[in-house]
Amino acid sequence: MTASVDVAAVIKQSFPQLVERPSGDHPAFSAPASDILTVLSFLRNSQGYDLLTDLTAIDNGEDTTPRFTVVYHVFSTTGHTYLRLAADCRDDRKPSIASVTSLWPGADWHEREVFDMFGITFDGHPDMRRILMWEGYPYHPLRKEFPLAGIETPLPDIEVSEETGTKVLPAPMAGGPFVTSSGEINMAKAEPRAKDESWNEKKEKPL
Amino acid sequence: MVSTNTEFAYNTKIEGDVVVTRADAVINWIRSNSVWPMPMGLACCAIELMATAASRFDIARFGAEVFRFSPRQADCMIVAGTVTYKMAPHLRRIYDQMAAPKWVIAMGACASSGGMYRSYATLQGVDRIVPVDVYVSGCPPRPEALLDALIKLQTKMRDERSAKRLMSA
Repeated sequence: MTASVDVAAVIKQSFPQLVERPSGDHPAFSAPASDILTVLSFLRNSQGYDLLTDLTAIDNGEDTTPRFTVVYHVFSTTGHTYLRLAADCRDDRKPSIASVTSLWPGADWHEREVFDMFGITFDGHPDMRRILMWEGYPYHPLRKEFPLAGIETPLPDIEVSEETGTKVLPAPMAGGPFVTSSGEINMAKAEPRAKDESWNEKKEKPL
Repeated sequence: MVSTNTEFAYNTKIEGDVVVTRADAVINWIRSNSVWPMPMGLACCAIELMATAASRFDIARFGAEVFRFSPRQADCMIVAGTVTYKMAPHLRRIYDQMAAPKWVIAMGACASSGGMYRSYATLQGVDRIVPVDVYVSGCPPRPEALLDALIKLQTKMRDERSAKRLMSA
């Protein structure tokens, strides 16, 4: 099966409910969450988009509805073209969407990562667990309301936590986050350590 | 005092098969020259750690070539890399499984202070969960820096009151 020359036209014709998304590179469409499996299996089975290169999500902000959007990047290994598909999740509080592991088994860990970072559950996923953070971690770190420094929580292991008296503590941001702009000429001022005021030679490191 | 003996080295014909020294000196000499490291390779520092162990830099020159992947057989944990909060309890458990006496080298910026990872996922310095003897700066440190840390650790080991501790243990 080869990729269609004008896949955008084919999609518009086959799925009139899909809306074209502004895109700087590849054709991109927004699909209703209920149609995502149908559209993706159509693209895979009859349009040659046989490779799922990426599956990720967007948090549009706490007060935005719909809040979470899942993004799919598919690639045609025969036509050498990419296509982007986005679907808004149904619920803003408990977002969920259909799993595409039935089409691409490789989506398994991508969906677990999205679940871990955004808290979006994938219906029909064979093993919906966290993948990066530990089991029992109470937050989803890539959500907009989650601070980069983190939130105080107990360590994953209670015994070690009791033994060492250590907790998961917010990291000292010290004027950060540490994003150096390539436009800044003075590197001594642009470097992260220049902004670090939480501890130095004179001030002791907080325990 | 005038002596006819011009030999400064130990001579068994004159003094017999006896060496007099302090227990601390002997124990520390043995310990410091046969450090068995536990490689806790967690990130790119582990590559430099491997380079330190390999032929060009050759950690065997300092008696620490016997890298042991079992904590039971090691006495110096080299924490080489970023310690995440998820990894931290496992690191502590491995440290707990090491037989005393034991030492810890925090290799590189991440192990020493969290380094550039000021984020929710990274432990801000391995000294929050295990006692660290030597810190090595660098990102990652050059093998020479790690060898320097090992020499520093050996110097530290030679000052320890080992005999007293063995008696009271």
